[in-house]
Amino acid sequence: MSTVHTLRIDGKDVAGSDGATILEVARENGIDIPTMCHLDGISDRGACRLCMVEIAGSPKLAPACMTRVAEGMEVTAHSERLLEYRRAITEMLFVERNHVCAVCVANNHCELQDLAEDLGVTHFDLPRINPKVEVDASHPLFAIDHNRCILCLRCVRVCDEIEGAHTWDIMHRGLDTRVQTDMGLAWGDSPTCTSCGKCVQVCPTGALFEKGRAVARGTRRPRPFLPWMRVVAEERGL
Amino acid sequence: MSRPRIATVWLDGCSGCHMSFIDLDERLLEVFERADLVYSPLVDHKEYPEDVDVCLVEGAVSSEEDLHKLKVIRERTKVLVAFGDCAVTSNVPGMRNPIGVRPLLERAYVENVTINPGVPTEIVPALLPTSVPVHTVVRVDVFLPGCPPSADLIFTLLTDLLDGRVPDVAGARFGR
Repeated sequence: MSTVHTLRIDGKDVAGSDGATILEVARENGIDIPTMCHLDGISDRGACRLCMVEIAGSPKLAPACMTRVAEGMEVTAHSERLLEYRRAITEMLFVERNHVCAVCVANNHCELQDLAEDLGVTHFDLPRINPKVEVDASHPLFAIDHNRCILCLRCVRVCDEIEGAHTWDIMHRGLDTRVQTDMGLAWGDSPTCTSCGKCVQVCPTGALFEKGRAVARGTRRPRPFLPWMRVVAEERGL
Repeated sequence: MSRPRIATVWLDGCSGCHMSFIDLDERLLEVFERADLVYSPLVDHKEYPEDVDVCLVEGAVSSEEDLHKLKVIRERTKVLVAFGDCAVTSNVPGMRNPIGVRPLLERAYVENVTINPGVPTEIVPALLPTSVPVHTVVRVDVFLPGCPPSADLIFTLLTDLLDGRVPDVAGARFGR
């Protein structure tokens, strides 16, 4: 029998089993904490920093997706300061690449667009970087437009942990960081890609998409297919 | 008290935001019962007038001309609204930013042209190095993202401003 911890999130008394994350327990209790990199069924990485929360007694913010609940924990998931940080992160996600919602395959079913709306981000005070980045359309079925990638790395994790192919990984550092297929081979030349499409399914933006889809006509990504992924992940102890 | 004076301008955009504005349909009558449209691509005024109360600015700032117009508009306007995604983020006009002006013009006017290739230098205004959002050049009072913002949002924004309220743009989002 697993231990149950009682704690408070935003003043609400909640309980979570030993090993559960603050994010999981918050969601189970109807407290929404924004995140872009977390996805049920694959491992957590703490990449996007949107789920940062305040924990009483700690001078540092902690990512809710990576922090286990503990007895008596006092968590603040929503405050003016956190909202300010989350808005700033959202801005950074937008200005770091070239996001043009109007001509994006994911327009109107994009998690980044939703995030901006939810947080009330109506413009960017940070300057646009306007980087020159590539599109790899060498795969027969899918393409990646790095202009729209926010480096959540869901594709890397789903490819490794669920499909077991580990075609995707990351290369370079800082602003030059890119997701890449097979040590930088063109996606179409990848000997490991099984063309399963899981990476496309989990992409929160229009970075990974099915070829032949027009603007705003990308696959609606229903997440309910993910429970089976969770089963596989749990079997593998992820 | 004199009637509020509304203006709309069209910088580097597709006019889609103005189409959405026209989509106010009969609500246009409601708005202009209470205010005057003193300058707009939809009316025949050549000079941007003085003492404008509200100006909806559609489009990114892409050329010397856009920049000049915008500075005049800011001086003569009380409430300047960045109207739609091009004005707010530079959106589609901004897609040329990573390319650079010279390669862009060469591609459009030289490489892909068979008759009289050459970059135009007269009559058309010079392009700025990058196409930029309105608020990076002048102060913006209200942001209304959307490609385009819906007629409902535009109506809410205008009635809020006419009633002297801070406009509630909840529901506005990038793209559509």
